[in-house]
Amino acid sequence: MSNNSLVSIADYSKEEILAILHSAADFEANPNRKTLDGRVIATLFFEPSTRTRLSFETAVIRLGGSIIGFSDAATSSSSKGETLNDTIHMVSCYADAIVMRHPLEGAARYAAEVSPVPIVNAGDGSNQHPSQTLLDLYSILKTQGTLENQTICLVGDLKYGRTVHSLIMAMSHFHPTFKFIAPDELKMPDEYKVFCRKNNIPFTEVNELNDNFNDADILYMTRVQKERFQDLMEYERVKNVYTLKNSMLDNTKANLRILHPLPRVTEIDPDVDSNEKAYYFRQAQNGLYVRQAIMSKVVLG
Amino acid sequence: MEKKLKVAALCNGTVIDHIPSDKLFKVVSILHIETSLNQITLANNLESAKIGSKGLVKISDRILEVDETNKLALIAPNAKINIIRDYLVVEKRPLILPEEIREIVQCANPNCITNHQPVNTRFHVLNNDGDIMLKCHYCEREVKRDEVKIK
Repeated sequence: MSNNSLVSIADYSKEEILAILHSAADFEANPNRKTLDGRVIATLFFEPSTRTRLSFETAVIRLGGSIIGFSDAATSSSSKGETLNDTIHMVSCYADAIVMRHPLEGAARYAAEVSPVPIVNAGDGSNQHPSQTLLDLYSILKTQGTLENQTICLVGDLKYGRTVHSLIMAMSHFHPTFKFIAPDELKMPDEYKVFCRKNNIPFTEVNELNDNFNDADILYMTRVQKERFQDLMEYERVKNVYTLKNSMLDNTKANLRILHPLPRVTEIDPDVDSNEKAYYFRQAQNGLYVRQAIMSKVVLG
Repeated sequence: MEKKLKVAALCNGTVIDHIPSDKLFKVVSILHIETSLNQITLANNLESAKIGSKGLVKISDRILEVDETNKLALIAPNAKINIIRDYLVVEKRPLILPEEIREIVQCANPNCITNHQPVNTRFHVLNNDGDIMLKCHYCEREVKRDEVKIK
């Protein structure tokens, strides 16, 4: 196993997280440093995720590296029944590192155990997506000037949303206060509340969006997905109640910034986009610099 | 009432007593007793003052390793392990839940890699305020001890 793999945000200490964020700031200032000149990076996408793949591939290309791989399992040997173990061993003969997206939870941890080259997890089912978490942290640091003592409202699908779960884990180093805003069907699972209590992280829970975020520094919105609901009438009600509109931002703090992992559907009204507090598109751009930092660390150590 | 020994005494080997009746065959499976060539005595639905109905396993001429008996801590934490030599109990062995459990447990998450590829399962044993939880090393899902699926 290669120790440089990044499978879960919990693999990184506070110091390693901060080092990545500093490195990302350097890449933002100068995105075309050729740290991966002559290196080959494989992007193995066993399920399609165009947004994440383009971000990683752009990062590698800007670093001077080359890309091999596939963007859909249907075109790969796994469709012929090859095991993940064999695919990883075969690809590691050619590549210096592997960026992998896989529909099964735990696939990245397993790949990292069997792979001779580092694995970067670009999403394993609903489990982990650490580069997303690091770009969320970078966006908070950039907009607030610090990661310390932030009041963060997490809104929407807190039950299945892996981004909010990872964000809680990562922010636990920086004395946050959380407010969980979700309908009853999509409430934050107990294990994360247990985690908060164990780490002395204060949190409150409410089930209406309204103006419950007026004291927040960060409003982190997530998509409420129709397929999560047994009762479609309940979905229609929740969908309307959980739509952020520009008029709801009048009494919020001046430093508030709105984050969203994207893609959004109805949860943020387009009239919010022009508000200076809307940060979700810049957040996506930050992903490039963070992934440049991740790939440099993973390949070069 | 006269206490009658329903199962013959063991000369040398391991006795696992006070197994809940519904767990007897799980114990057999975890210890791979079905493929053992040693003399084995199984008994089930015996009367027990402590747990109502119990099962019992006697394995002749084999002293189970601590790693083996500790696997039972997951499903039969109150079972009693006695090591016998020359008809005497030479060791009463406590069951200690290991920090990591390999292979015997199946991940409850249908979308876990271990349920789709030839991957040996690994679980970390956690204590959440007295609740024993098993966390899958791969998919990171937690499951309560009582809800664990044994392979």
